[in-house]
Formats: sequence, C-alpha cells, structure tokens
Amino acid sequence: MKITPFPVSSDLPAIQCEQLFFSYGEVPILTNVSFSIKKLDAVALVGPNGGGKSTLLKLILGLLTPQSGTIQVLGTTPQQARKKIGYMPQYLQYDTSFPVSVMDVVLMGRAGSTGLGRYSREDRRVAMQAMTELAVDGLASRPFNSLSGGQRQRILIARALACEPEILLLDEPTANVDPGVELQFFEILKALANRVTVLTVSHDLGFVSQMVSRVFCINRQVKIHPTSELTGEIIHEMYGGDVRMVRHDHCCSEQGHSHADIL
Amino acid sequence: MLTYFSALTDPNMVFLRYALFAGLLAAPAFGIIGTYVVARRMTYLAGAIAHCVLGGIGAALYCQVHYGMAWLTPMLGAIVTAIAAALVIGLVSLRSRERVDSVIGAIWVLGMAAGIIFIAKTPGYIDPMSYLFGNILMITGQDLLTIAVLDVIVIGLGLLSYNRMIAVCFDEEFARLRGIRTELYTLLLLCLTALTIVLMVRVVGIVMVIALFTLPAATASHFSTRIWQMMVLATLLGLVSVAGGLSLSYGLDLPSGPTIVMLAGFFYLIVIVGKGLKNRLR
Repeated sequence: MKITPFPVSSDLPAIQCEQLFFSYGEVPILTNVSFSIKKLDAVALVGPNGGGKSTLLKLILGLLTPQSGTIQVLGTTPQQARKKIGYMPQYLQYDTSFPVSVMDVVLMGRAGSTGLGRYSREDRRVAMQAMTELAVDGLASRPFNSLSGGQRQRILIARALACEPEILLLDEPTANVDPGVELQFFEILKALANRVTVLTVSHDLGFVSQMVSRVFCINRQVKIHPTSELTGEIIHEMYGGDVRMVRHDHCCSEQGHSHADIL
Repeated sequence: MLTYFSALTDPNMVFLRYALFAGLLAAPAFGIIGTYVVARRMTYLAGAIAHCVLGGIGAALYCQVHYGMAWLTPMLGAIVTAIAAALVIGLVSLRSRERVDSVIGAIWVLGMAAGIIFIAKTPGYIDPMSYLFGNILMITGQDLLTIAVLDVIVIGLGLLSYNRMIAVCFDEEFARLRGIRTELYTLLLLCLTALTIVLMVRVVGIVMVIALFTLPAATASHFSTRIWQMMVLATLLGLVSVAGGLSLSYGLDLPSGPTIVMLAGFFYLIVIVGKGLKNRLR
C-alpha cells in the first residue's frame, strides 16, 4: 500500500460540514449538523437506526446532496474528493449467485483508475496488499459467495483499501462478525487509523470507543463526545432512553450530563 | 440425423444452412450479453425490448409498401426500434420518478400493438406469426451479413467493457464512487441487449428470443464461479441448443424456433432438477 505522505498538522480538515440540513421528502434526517474532522482523526458514528448515520456517510460521498449547508472533503466537493475515499457499505445489494472471485471484488477498488478498464499489474499488487493487510490474502481465488459474513465484511474493507484512500468510511464493519473475530477487526482498524482518516459507523460503542478519539452521536443532530467522556448517561440520551445497558458511569454528576459544553 | 447433414449441404435447402449460421453466429453474443443480463437481473427489461421490436418491424413493412422505401428492411426497423426502446427504458429507469415496471410494461405492449396495427394496414399477406415465433424460411443472405456485423460489434464491446461492466453489475454504487460512469454502462448494456435480440429475432421470433438470452446463462451460472466462465459455458450451451434444435426440428418436422427454445429449456430443467436431487440426497 502506498502511504501518501501529507502534513498531519495541515490546517485543511479532512471533512468539514457546516449547518447541514438533509431530508427525504418531508422527513428531516439531519438538521443543523456542523463538525470538522482533522486528517488522521478516527471518529465513530453511533446512534439509533434511522438516526442518519448512513445518510451522513452518503452526504460525505456526494451520493446525496444536502438541502442546505456545505460539506467539504479534503478541501473540495464530495464528488471531486470521491476517488480518495474508500467506502465500505453496510448492505451490499448484490446477487448472492453473482459469480465473482474474491480477487475480482477487491479489484473493483481499482476499477475506474485506468483508461479502458483493464487491470494493470500494479492494480493487482495493490489489491493483493490490501488483502494481506486484512489477513484475507489466502481467500483471493475463492468464490465470493462461498465466504462467511465476517469474511465478506473483510473483503469489502480490503476493496475500500484497494482504492488507496485518504479517508476510509466504514458502515457497520462489525455487523455479521463473530465476537471472536471482532477483536482481530479491532486490531486491523486500529492499525489503519494510523495512516488514514477513519470514520466508522457502529452500533457497538464498546467496540469502537477503544479505537477512536471521538464519537459522534447522530440522532437527527450530531453531538460530539471525546471518547474519554462516554458514559451510560450519554448513551441513554442518544438512543432515546429505551436501551438497556449497565451503567458504570462515575464521572457524571447528579444533574445528568449536558451536551452543550462538549462541542 | 444423416439426412439433416445432407440437407445442410443441399443447394435447395439453403435456408437451413442460413438458419444454422445465424444461430452459430448469435450464440457468443447471447452467451456474453445474456450473462450480464442474468447477473444484473435485467431479464424483464430485455423482454420489453424484444417485444417492442415488433413495432419497428411493422413500421418498416408499412413504409416499404406505402412509401416505396425499399431500403427500410424489417431488420433495419428492428434495429432502430430495439435501440430506441433500450434508451427509453434505460433513461426512464435511471431518471424518471414514474414506477419503472409500469413504464416497461407500457413499452412492452405498445410496441407490440403498434406492430400488429402496422402489419394489418400493410397490403399483401404478412403473417405476424412468423415474426412472433420465428421463421427460418425468411432468413436472407443479406440478413446473415447484418447479423455478422452486429455480432462483431456486440462481442467486441461486451468484452472490452468486461471489468467495468462487472463492477457496475456487482455493485453500482461503489462503481460510481470509483469514477465509473455507471449510467453510461447501464445504457450500453441495454443497447447491446437490444442488438443481440435483433440477431435472433428471425430464427426464434420476438416472443421466444428472451429464452436464448436467459436459459443458457442461467444454466451456466450453476457451474460457474467467474463471469467469464459463465459466458463461455452459456455460449457453448447456446451453440448446442441452436444446432441440436435445428436438427431435431428438421428430423421430426417441428417448427424450428420453438424446438431450439425447448432444448435450451430442457438443459436448464435438467440442471435445476439435478441440483435439487443432489441437495436432497446429501
């Protein structure tokens, strides 16, 4: 994998959103969202289903356009920055009988990089290296549809890495993954976070809070918490109160937790 | 069987030879484009394009007789209509907010209705049946040449776009994010589908042409783990169906189009049933 060197101290943020509004028809999904993510930042997006996590990723990718507000990705529009983003979708709307090998799928991360669509030796090398990094290089010649859910998930991350991205957007990377494998995942993502900006959507706060520096709680609005401040109280608030979880908060006051001072 | 081979070389049976050539030429195009269409689950779109072709054939016949436009052959009418239908269906499914399946259904029947009306209003006896279900007696040397040219175009473009077509068929959103113009590739695939359909309309007819698209590819998909394997296998199955079907139809005095389609369907059925039995026995 080619490591693109860029000044970490650069004041140009990787992703910057200002007063973003987005709705599907009449239904508001995101209201007044503003945030800035520095290069090499690692951020987790958490929140209830339908809260707008995937929508935010699609806005960053330029697949959706906000009704108002601005998004800048790597100092330019999402559409123009697209090629520097590696994306792992939550659901692959793919035909389970589609006959492709694992290598074919990972190479799709290189599609569009060349004129006529032929893959070069370099393309294959980058794809192979991405697979090695995720410890799935042994699966390269296997049919994609013969893999387990967790393996597929890793192949899709490898495909995103094969784009040689500066920003990695992962939508639920640990869905379908066995708890044992999850730990492996965690190590892999942690290593990746050292050289690319990582945004990961997750239901599993316990999992992500160890590898990211900030957690964005998305439920129509975005509230930003440094991971050190994550408590049951906050989690309770962002999931709307119907989440059962063990409270082990020791840093919250009796009055509860105010979001206002965190931003 | 022997009589079939001697019939192939019989100068009085030139139509049989033409039909075989047409089928053999068309098989690779059907194998390649059919694989994309089956993998992309676009069979329904292909069906609509095929049926719409009757409108073009009818219009061409009508213009030939009424306006003396001898150059406007049914084949040319079919090509133009097929491409037009492909573009309309493609643009509607990409852009319009109208329900896509309603629009496709409308194009499907309107094309056929227009064709029947044109044919009815064209003097002289034209049997719509021979367009709907194929008639190998109608294949001319000129048709064969057109088929060969279309064949080269379809196979060439189908193979050149291989990697990107797979990327678009497998995960369109991701392909778009990689900077591939996915809408263009979708339209290209529909146009290639349209041209492929025209290749075999003469032999198996508008109604059944879709069978040659989907049956070999669907049968092949059971034995393939890569797209190119599916294409090769579908092509071979297409060749066997055409050659075998023609020979059966000659030997048993059956209509050739339906016999070819039945044979392709027979292979598919055997594979499905065989797979089912195998899974049950396990």
